[in-house]
Amino acid sequence: MTATLPVTEETSAGPPAAAPVTMAAALNTALADSLAADQRVLVFGEDVGTLGGVFRITDGLAARFGEQRVFDTPLAESGIIGSAIGMAMNGLVPVVEMQFDAFAYPAFEQFTSHLAKLHNRTRGHVELPVVVRIPVGGGIGGVEHHSDSSEVYYAHTPGLRVVTPGTPADAYRLLRQSIACPDPVIFLEPKRRYWAKETAVLTTDGPAIDRAAIRRPGQDVTLIAYGGMVSTALEAAEAATGEDWDVEVVDLRSLSPFDDETLTESVRRTGRAVIVHEASGFAGYGAEVAARLTEQCFHYLEAPILRVTGLDVPYPPPQLEHLHLPNVDRILDAIARLQWDDHA
Amino acid sequence: MTTFADTEPAAHAATTPADLSADRLLPSATPLQLIDADGQPGQNPGDLVRPGPEILLELYRQMVIGRRFDRQATALTKQGRLAVYPSSHGQDACQVGATLALRDQDWLFPTYRDSVAVISRGVEPGEALSLLRGEWHCGYDPHQYRVAPQCTPLATNTLHAVGLARAATLKGTGEVALVLLGDGATSEGDTHEALNFSAVWKAPVVFLVQNNGYAISVPLAKQSAAPTLAAKGVGYGVPSLLVDGNDAAAVYAAVRAATERAARGEGPTLIEALTYRIEAHTNADDATRYRPGDEVQSWLGRDPITRLEAYLTAAGHLDEPAIAQVEAEAEQFAQRVRDLMNETAKVSPDELFDYVYAQPTASLEHQRAGLLAELADIAP
Repeated sequence: MTATLPVTEETSAGPPAAAPVTMAAALNTALADSLAADQRVLVFGEDVGTLGGVFRITDGLAARFGEQRVFDTPLAESGIIGSAIGMAMNGLVPVVEMQFDAFAYPAFEQFTSHLAKLHNRTRGHVELPVVVRIPVGGGIGGVEHHSDSSEVYYAHTPGLRVVTPGTPADAYRLLRQSIACPDPVIFLEPKRRYWAKETAVLTTDGPAIDRAAIRRPGQDVTLIAYGGMVSTALEAAEAATGEDWDVEVVDLRSLSPFDDETLTESVRRTGRAVIVHEASGFAGYGAEVAARLTEQCFHYLEAPILRVTGLDVPYPPPQLEHLHLPNVDRILDAIARLQWDDHA
Repeated sequence: MTTFADTEPAAHAATTPADLSADRLLPSATPLQLIDADGQPGQNPGDLVRPGPEILLELYRQMVIGRRFDRQATALTKQGRLAVYPSSHGQDACQVGATLALRDQDWLFPTYRDSVAVISRGVEPGEALSLLRGEWHCGYDPHQYRVAPQCTPLATNTLHAVGLARAATLKGTGEVALVLLGDGATSEGDTHEALNFSAVWKAPVVFLVQNNGYAISVPLAKQSAAPTLAAKGVGYGVPSLLVDGNDAAAVYAAVRAATERAARGEGPTLIEALTYRIEAHTNADDATRYRPGDEVQSWLGRDPITRLEAYLTAAGHLDEPAIAQVEAEAEQFAQRVRDLMNETAKVSPDELFDYVYAQPTASLEHQRAGLLAELADIAP
C-alpha cells in the first residue's frame, strides 16, 4: 500500500471530492491527519515504524512525521500499553497498535486495571486519551491466534470506550473521533474489511463517537451489526428483499457505551431484531444487546430477539472458519424465524 | 500545546554498544554503605558521596516523622479506622532517602507499602490515607504532587514510570521518574518489560527495588535464583547498584546519582536496596507463620533511624534537645493524623459515576438516578 490518499479537511486546497478508498487507506489518512493536527499525538507499536505495520496501516507515517512521533517498540504488549499510560499522564496522546487481537492479551492487566481505571481512581485528575488500535476478527485465513473477536473483554470493563468501524468512511471518522476523545478508546479494526473500498469523502462530520448509524432504513426488522459484519448484514438485507422483508441495518459503531436511543427507536418501530457478530454467542455482545432491547422494547416486540453468532468454539483453523462465521444465509434463516406467520 | 524538543533525544535505534562488556553494568558484590549499623562510616562507599549534614538531618527528621506516622496508621487499623495498612517500618531509609533525592519536577511512582514515601513527598496525610481508609482509590491529585497513585497490583507502575519518563524526553521537559517496587515485583513480567523499554529508549527512570526479604510470606530464595536482584539489570543493559537499604545516606546518594544520570540523558538505573519489613505484610497477616522471631530481632539491630542518630550525634550535628524537638514534631504529626481520621469520611455516592469517563454516559446517569432514588427511599 502506498500513502496516496484522499484529501482531507486539513490538506485540501478546494472542496474535497469523493474518491474510492479502502478502510486501510482511510485509517492511514486518519492517523496522518491526527499527527499533523496535534503535536501531542504519537503512533507506536510493533513494526509500525519502518515497515508501516503488518497490515500497512501506518505506512509512510514514520518517514513523514519522524521517528520521535512514529516508532517501533520492543515486542511486549504490556510494555506498549503500560508506557502509553505513562506518556498520557505526561500530556501526550498515544495511538498504539496491537498487532493482532489475540496478541493483545499479555496487556490485559494494563487495559483493565490501569487504562480503564486511572481517570476514575484519581477523581478525574489524570486523563488518559490513549487509543489502542487492534485488528480483530476472522475471515482472512489466519492461523491460530490471528482471528479472535475480543470485543467483550474490553466492553465489559467500565472506563474503556470500545468502537469499531464497518465502512472506510467511518473508519476515518471514528479514528479521528477516538484520538480526539479524552477517554481511553479501544479501536477494533475488522481486518477482513481492510481492503474493502468505498467511494467517499473522508470527514469527521457525521455521527458522534458514541452513536450508532442506520446504514439501511427498513420497516420490518432491525438487523444489528458492527465491524466486519456490517457489510454482511447489508448483503443479507438486500437478499431479504426477495422474501419481501424490508430490513433496517444498524451499525453500532460504539459497543461501549451502547447507543440505547437509536437502537430502541429502531426496534420499537420494526418490532423485530436480529443481532449478528463473529464472536462466540455465549456471553457475547449480542446477549447484552438482546437483554437491553428486551427490557426497553418488550411491548413492541413481535418475536424474541435472535442472535446470529460464531460457534461456541475456539476460533477454527482456516479450512473450517467458513463454518464458524455468520453469513447471509444464516442471517436470512434467523429473520425467517421471527414468527411472521403468527400475524398472517 | 506540547512541542517536541528541538534536540534529538538519546538514540534509541538498534545500535551495537561500543562497550560490550557486561561488567560495567553490574552491581558491586556487597552492598554500598555510607553509614554502618553502628553509626560509623561505611566500609564500602563505592562511588557514592555522603550527603552533607543538612541533608542527613532532614533524612533523620523525616524518618522519625515517617516512623511515627507508620505506627499511628498501624494503630488506626487496629481500631478499625483504616481498612488496611501495609507498614514500612524498617524500610524507613528507603522511603525517605529515595523521595528526598528527587527534585521538585521529578515524579514518584509508589506502591501500597510506600505511604511514608508519599507523605515525605509532601502529600497531605488525609489525602494519602484515602486509599487505605477506603474513601477513594487515590485521595490526591497526582499532578499536584507529582506522585502517581499507589500501585496495588505489583510492577504495573514500572511501565507507567517508563512512559512518563519517555514523554519527558520527547517533550524536552527534563523530569525523571522514580519507581518503587519490591523483591516480589521483580518476578512480574511488567518489571522486565519496563527495564527493557527504559534501556532501549534511554528513558530517565530510576528503579528502586526495596528488597525486604519477603513477598508477603514467600522468602527471596523461593522468589529468585539471581545472585542479586540488582544483577537483573545487566540483561537489559541497565546499570545497577546494590546498596544497604537501611542506610538512609546510601539510599539518598544512590537515588540522587541515578536521578542526575537520568537527567543528563544517560538512561535508567536499577537500584536494589537491602532492607527488612519489621511488621507483618499487613494487619491481616501473621508473620510468625513464615519467619523466625530472631530474624526480626537481628534486623531491629540494624535500624535505620538509630544508626543515623548515632552518626549525627557523634559528628556533633545532633543533641538531646534537637532529638526531642524532632520527636515532638512527630507527635504533632501523629495527632494531626488522628484528628483527620476522627473526621467523618468524605464519601459520596455521586462520585461512583462522576469519573468513569470524562463525561458520564446516558446509561451511567440512569444508574445514578436509580441509586439516588434508592438512597432517598432508605433515608428520606
